[in-house]
Amino acid sequence: MGIQRGHRARPLEWLAEKFIFLVSLSAILMVFLIFLFVAREALPIFFGRTDTALVQKVIPPDDMDKLSSAQLQLYLELTPQQFAAMDKETLKSLMEVKQEQLDEIPANFRNDPDAHVNTTEWRYLLLPHQWSGYDRPEYIWQPVGQIQKYNIIPLFVGTLKVTLIGLFFAVPLAVGAAIYVSQLARPRVREIVKPTIELLSGIPSVVVGFFALLVMATVLQKIFGYQTRLNAFVAGIALGFAVIPVIFSIAEDALTSVPRPYMQAALALGASRWQTAWQIVLPAALPGVFAATVLGFGRAIGETMIVLMVCSASVMSWSIFDSARSITTTIAAEMAEAVSGGPHYRILFMLGALLFAATFISNMIGEVVINRFKLKLEGKR
Amino acid sequence: MAEINLPKVNLPEAKAGAVATGVPLIEIGQLSLFYGPSKALKNISLTLGKKIVTAFIGPSGCGKSTLLRCLNRMNDLIDNVRIEGSLKIGGHDIYAANVDVIELRKRVGMVFQKSNPFPKSIYENVAYGLRLHGRQNKSELDGLIEQSLRGAALWDEVKDRLHSSALGLSGGQQQRLCIARAIAIRPEIILMDEPASALDPIATTRIEELILELKKDFTIVIVTHNMQQAARISDQTAFFYLGELIEFDTTTKIFTNPAKKQTEDYVTGRFG
Amino acid sequence: MNTITPSQYLPETPPGRHFRAEKFDFWSFFFSGLTGLATLFILGILAVILLNIIINGWSGLSWHFVSTIPKKDFFDVHTTGVLPMIVGTTIRVFVMTIFVLPVGVITAIYLTEYAPNTSLITRVIRAAVNNLAGVPSIVFGLFGLGFFINFVGKNLDALFHNPGAVWGQPALIWAALTLAVMTMPVVIVATEESLKAIPPGLREASLALGATKLETIWKVVLPQALPGIMTGGILAVSRAAGEVAPILFTGVAYYMASLPTHLTDQFMDLGYHVFVLSTQSPNIEQTRPILYATVLVLLMLTFALNIVAIIIRARVRKKLRALG
Repeated sequence: MGIQRGHRARPLEWLAEKFIFLVSLSAILMVFLIFLFVAREALPIFFGRTDTALVQKVIPPDDMDKLSSAQLQLYLELTPQQFAAMDKETLKSLMEVKQEQLDEIPANFRNDPDAHVNTTEWRYLLLPHQWSGYDRPEYIWQPVGQIQKYNIIPLFVGTLKVTLIGLFFAVPLAVGAAIYVSQLARPRVREIVKPTIELLSGIPSVVVGFFALLVMATVLQKIFGYQTRLNAFVAGIALGFAVIPVIFSIAEDALTSVPRPYMQAALALGASRWQTAWQIVLPAALPGVFAATVLGFGRAIGETMIVLMVCSASVMSWSIFDSARSITTTIAAEMAEAVSGGPHYRILFMLGALLFAATFISNMIGEVVINRFKLKLEGKR
Repeated sequence: MAEINLPKVNLPEAKAGAVATGVPLIEIGQLSLFYGPSKALKNISLTLGKKIVTAFIGPSGCGKSTLLRCLNRMNDLIDNVRIEGSLKIGGHDIYAANVDVIELRKRVGMVFQKSNPFPKSIYENVAYGLRLHGRQNKSELDGLIEQSLRGAALWDEVKDRLHSSALGLSGGQQQRLCIARAIAIRPEIILMDEPASALDPIATTRIEELILELKKDFTIVIVTHNMQQAARISDQTAFFYLGELIEFDTTTKIFTNPAKKQTEDYVTGRFG
Repeated sequence: MNTITPSQYLPETPPGRHFRAEKFDFWSFFFSGLTGLATLFILGILAVILLNIIINGWSGLSWHFVSTIPKKDFFDVHTTGVLPMIVGTTIRVFVMTIFVLPVGVITAIYLTEYAPNTSLITRVIRAAVNNLAGVPSIVFGLFGLGFFINFVGKNLDALFHNPGAVWGQPALIWAALTLAVMTMPVVIVATEESLKAIPPGLREASLALGATKLETIWKVVLPQALPGIMTGGILAVSRAAGEVAPILFTGVAYYMASLPTHLTDQFMDLGYHVFVLSTQSPNIEQTRPILYATVLVLLMLTFALNIVAIIIRARVRKKLRALG
């Protein structure tokens, strides 16, 4: 019959299939690369290889050969590429420059204990410290100035404040609307409302931030009467606006995918629509609603522009009516001023890596929960 | 055996030796098919000759469609399917390792239960297969397409609107278009999986008449759950039950004097 | 016969009881109303934001506004304009599309048409796509800086022996690539959706005629899926046009005297401009009109795209329903 040719007859087809497969692997590659290259810039911080102490032991240029190249690189605060690119002459003159710098530090400053501190050590990144001029230990993030203070706790607090306010505002609204649209309203209503709310997610976050800055801040201050006009409260509410469509979308899908027979059984027994929704459908859809919240949380902590436009100062305060800096806004605002390769730069990248890890984990949780939920509905669990 | 009341239709003459004339075209030898662990076809052995119509009949789930789909290796598309035994077409085992499945499907065409014309024009539907296999010349295509549409008894109805969408045709017309599409590339065998089950009686009759015409040029294997249809149009009939071949013989014999009790029970409507 | 009738085991119906609601179910009404209000509130927010911007920005819009390259002082009402921002936004999104569409569509084709459902690799790819969708936009910015600029760019410069940093600095190409990585999930999901909606019968018909899988995809499946792919592309474009965080370190500039012409140029951007104007305006009251007009232009751009995508999607759904 002339049909014996087998695979080899169509090499082009086989090649094309392999090509398609390889291209699809790019998604995995991307995730991997993102983590790799963000963490790479932050590695020196993780391994404690940076030193920002102002007062260091002076090493005379003549003793240059006594140091290993790793120690020399650290002393001169060079990146590996810069170090490799320089010859001995240049290195020696750099050492002389450093010696002059260290000699120039005024004597009274020398006695300041702060000047000897390596502010990039984990101890200072996480724990409060009593700096000179303060009367008690404080968490301070202040990367400018002579002594750069890199405590990241205020940033975590800022992120948390804004995110929690956003979620407290968004979750009840979004879930309530999801219940209404999915269970209580007429199908016609669902067809109109669902895409409209999704339209809300089409508004760029810059625009939401703009609106918050120009309109909401004033309005809310009039209503609540607090001191600082641009504070975490306003930023949180604006953040909530941006997150509502995400939570609504997923929660509504979860509620709608509860099989009709459940609802019909309840209704046939005489339950009202609300009773059915609250007592039968919502509990059944709870994993999906939970996943919606988790994904909304992930979206909220990753949001940058809204908080950036509303809040400016990094204040370590638990009050929601004070300003706040979140991790994302700090990275966004300060990267431009950070010296490439310097400690500030690296700490910002470190924050980025931590952020990536946090959203990665919250995403996985959301995924797993949604999958289990779907399997349960199909009767496979 | 009880008299079986079949409608008064001319049964095709049971040609002597129709069951095994010359070189058999399709030889199925101890064929078994597994979906994962469960055995859907159990040691089927069957031989079909050229240019006759064979019907596969049996109740739902007996494996007749599965066996049909083995003949052009459409079962390859399903995960977890395993074949044991041999299936030879024209003397070659089509499940051998060096078989080009694409070539196979050019020689063994298929018409599906639910008509599936492409969302293109009538002309393009028939041209699709022709273009696949190298025909590009427009006048050549025009001629072949007309031939195929005539062969499928559709030409007169669509000759003035060849370039309108195929989806605008009625169900029966769409199915005949699928037949035209299949015969355009001149396969040797045409497999039909319940081709008329979704059609009204008039459309069904037209398809049946078409099959009787087509068998002059093609070997046809048709799966049907409609016994009267099998009786009307096929030369041989194979009766399947729960994955096994129960009986295979000329249609006349199966419907008037079946050898096995199970066959008789099914054919007289006692079950199924 | 010893059957009991319902009247023997159901409680006595009190006299005068009819089949209409006697008691007004307060809680049902209350909570239904509450959730309905929540829905209205959300819709209200949307309306307020849109109306506020349209009303305040409309007066500032003019042909002059969208076609002028502004001087360094953005706040001078007479000489300000947003042309370079519109151009910058449009070009970066266009270059992004060139990269993201092929990769996204091919990945979606693999996942829908080729990938065995149970294989580990398939699940890992899907997990990766989902994760990409959840990465914060600022982290993409860091990725662009750490990978494209500091690694790829610097190495390219070394390869070409460029004296100064040509590729190893913020540039249009890096911003576009970063955005392509960011919007890949959008394209993949939309393409997958449109591929899945095509009835399998069509593929079977093609294969049964002796077409190879590739031919089937190329000649039958993809043409059907084209509108869905376009929707995905439009959604990706709309999303990318509004994003500012990923381009902060990868190519946007505060001020450029001329329009970008090379892939290595920096560019201005609508969203970034809104940010700059809002946070650095010397006198908010005076510059309100310019601010609002700029925001309105940005909104019109992203919104128009969103609405077009939604319309196409609705049309395609209707058409495919007729097919299947």
